[in-house]
Amino acid sequence: MARYGMVIDTKKCVGCADCVVACKTENNVPDGYCRDWIVEDVRGAFPDLHMEIRSERCNHCENAPCVRCCPTGASYTDEDYGVVLVDKDLCTGCKACIASCPYDARYVHPEGYVDKCTFCMHRVREGLDPACVAVCPTKCMYFGDLDDANSEVSKLIRSRPNHALIPEAGTKPKIFYLL
Amino acid sequence: MGNSFSRREFIKISGLSLGGLSLGAGFYNKSSVPQIKEIAKGAGASISGAVKTPTVCEICFWQCAGWVHAKNGEPWKITGNDADPNSNGRLCPRGTGGIGAYLDEDRLRTPLIRKVVDGKQTFVEASWDEAFTVIADKLKKIAEEHGPECVALFTHGSGGSYFKHLLRAYGSNNITAPSYAQCRGPREEAYLLTFGEGVGSPERTDIRDAKCIVLIGSHLGENMHNTQVQEFADAVGQGATVICVDPRFSTAASKAKHWLPIRPGTDLALLLSWIHVIIKEKLYDEEYVAKYTAGFEELKREVAKYTPEWAYPITTIKPHVIVETAREMARHRPSTIVHPGRHVTWYGDDTQRVRAGAIINALLGSWGRRGGFYYPNKASVPKYKYPKYPTPTKSWRDAFPDLYPLANLALANGICDATIPKADKSCAFKGWLVYGTNLLHTLPEPKKTVEAIQNLDLLVAIDLMPAEITGYADVVLPECSYLERYDDLRALPGRVPTIALRAPAFEPKYNSKPGWWIARELGIKMGLEKYFPWKNFEEYLETRLSKVGLTLEEMRKKGVHEFEDRYPLYFEEGMQPEFDTPSGKIELASSLLASYGFDAVPRYTHHEQPPEGYYRLLYGRAPTHTFARTTNNPLLTDLMAENEVWVNKTVARLHGLKNNQSVVLVNQDGERSTKIKVKVTERIRHDSVYMVHGFGHTDKRLKRAYMRGADDTKLISRVKVDPIMGGTGMRVNFVTFESAGVS
Repeated sequence: MARYGMVIDTKKCVGCADCVVACKTENNVPDGYCRDWIVEDVRGAFPDLHMEIRSERCNHCENAPCVRCCPTGASYTDEDYGVVLVDKDLCTGCKACIASCPYDARYVHPEGYVDKCTFCMHRVREGLDPACVAVCPTKCMYFGDLDDANSEVSKLIRSRPNHALIPEAGTKPKIFYLL
Repeated sequence: MGNSFSRREFIKISGLSLGGLSLGAGFYNKSSVPQIKEIAKGAGASISGAVKTPTVCEICFWQCAGWVHAKNGEPWKITGNDADPNSNGRLCPRGTGGIGAYLDEDRLRTPLIRKVVDGKQTFVEASWDEAFTVIADKLKKIAEEHGPECVALFTHGSGGSYFKHLLRAYGSNNITAPSYAQCRGPREEAYLLTFGEGVGSPERTDIRDAKCIVLIGSHLGENMHNTQVQEFADAVGQGATVICVDPRFSTAASKAKHWLPIRPGTDLALLLSWIHVIIKEKLYDEEYVAKYTAGFEELKREVAKYTPEWAYPITTIKPHVIVETAREMARHRPSTIVHPGRHVTWYGDDTQRVRAGAIINALLGSWGRRGGFYYPNKASVPKYKYPKYPTPTKSWRDAFPDLYPLANLALANGICDATIPKADKSCAFKGWLVYGTNLLHTLPEPKKTVEAIQNLDLLVAIDLMPAEITGYADVVLPECSYLERYDDLRALPGRVPTIALRAPAFEPKYNSKPGWWIARELGIKMGLEKYFPWKNFEEYLETRLSKVGLTLEEMRKKGVHEFEDRYPLYFEEGMQPEFDTPSGKIELASSLLASYGFDAVPRYTHHEQPPEGYYRLLYGRAPTHTFARTTNNPLLTDLMAENEVWVNKTVARLHGLKNNQSVVLVNQDGERSTKIKVKVTERIRHDSVYMVHGFGHTDKRLKRAYMRGADDTKLISRVKVDPIMGGTGMRVNFVTFESAGVS
């Protein structure tokens, strides 16, 4: 099994939300919902300020609480790519996964099932990057196999300081933010 | 039109339908939004089989080339064209969300004519032929009674070219765009005066290879000018130094090594002080200055007084920071860019402020050098040959004898002023054609715009959406979106010469039509058929493309064509240093300005600061919206539905304001905004507030945008006019807060 993940360079990201729009059109995300979003993390006081801009989404955790707590098996980890997905036919919309997710990455689709980022598996299977990665005007996002030492994501994680979100939750998130 | 209106009322709800079709509420049909099947899960979900059509984005002025994808005959998505150096295959969020412009169910659907029915002014739906007849009759009458020059065109966007052609054929050359005197006019004039060439659009800034980027209020990343932001991000990623001068901790400021939170209105003091340091410490490129520039000694003399210590109490930027940043700029020369900005109409001395930055670029030798400013290439496609236009005998300039001598383009606000009859103004305008620009959100002093409109015999609005300006129109003509039409070839300046094609991906919705069709049919109705020899736009495009050995079929397949022939970009690559100024050199002291009695070297002028309890109103852009024209786009509204007013934390405490509470802003003249939410933040100075422009629509027909957030234009009830070129400085208004409950 590959272990697909994402690296996002916060130095380059301008928070334009193109990733959000591209995801919405690519995946027909209904009005009022999104699978990815922008966070402007501001620290300090005027005029000594620091801001980290992040494009956030499901972290496709290795130790995914949403998969463990799902009573129907609708939430599962894809065997080929290590990506966390939802089988909407099995989903009853009980929201246990939403409660368990430390990243607030899931929502109930108006049609009743739980929806979230899929890393655009329909594109990845055809050899394409996820829509958000492909569209990003600043090219600040990278997608690849974290188990492949030669992949760009692995190299970036090795060569640049980075952090994942809420590592203390112990879910082993697979999105890394370069500082 | 038999009716004459003593006072044009703003028609908020287009309503009256003689054909039984209501344009009121209830049109939003969810099922009309294409439902793309869930393709996320399960192997084999194929994304092939989709069809794509080349397009050039029209959501802003950058004109990125892309592809419109449709699946099962339904619109799917828009992506960038990899062959386009103006997008590099990646669009910005607005371009990606362009499908929303097509899908927007609030679009204008059919021509509308203002009529009085039961004593009330209302829009009546009309056929195209009826609408054209009304317009042609009225234009004929104006031409007979006042001369065709008394009709003006306000335009923004690619379709404007057909209406420019129409107006010139009719006999008027009074063509204007708010993008000049309300935006980048002072910048173009400042660079013309200094280097003999303007900056142009897209800007010729070589950000890609810059080592130091100095931003004076330019919030790159929030103004999402696609490839410029791409290059900015690349440069930042490669470790370029960013020096960001902004009262607000913008996105760009968060990328900066030096953020200089300057007191608004004092940028010129900082720039002059930088010039002082650069000259005093001999940090400039002596060889370049000696070889290519004129007026150095005069400049040196004039800036002797602008020490960092002098600038400190004015700008609040500490002297050692001024010195340190000046040295940093010089360390990276010539790959240092003092960015010329884009929307630069701030304080009325804008040409001089931008010129001060241009002078620094000249001193550092960055003009014509890698990492500074390159010499752009532009594809040369011969124009379609038309009969000669009649020669106009009057121009908007007649209304302003001796004023704004260096205005190279018509002033939108000037035409507005000249529409209001006054004893000392000739050529009072009687007719306006308004294409793609919502003047009530674009021109400052909106009350004056409405007053001008009352003096017109004819106001025609050609637009996609029912924005405020259409509410004042006599005839409204619905243009289809850019995804439903051909337009003229895109030939923009850039590092490589290219052309790009926009072809229709979908049939025009409702009873909307392409701009070229509207202009042609109206032209024929006006008896100007000899100016429209082509039958349709394919024929027009084939003719133009054949001149450069291309065909429409080929362009439909690739969207973008790159030409081989090109000039070198930089002096070091062989570009000849030639400067089209009076001296033939880069003018550090401008002989042209001096000859008109203006300062040859920029001089610091003091600007009024807000009185106690008031805050300077600053405005800017969000990456997800363009002006006031996308705030009803269903995809983009979903990302940002309304603007907020940014208030410094201490100021908020002083006024008892809480984050997210609604307030009304009241300016120095008692102008009141619609309700807007407060964003309490550390990211702005204590003497200013900030909001994103383009919100606070008052037209009910824009269902998503109606009364969402506030419109800064309404609060811009005074301007400081640039005496050099007539630009309207708009950052001279001060606001205070009122609890929203009162209003």
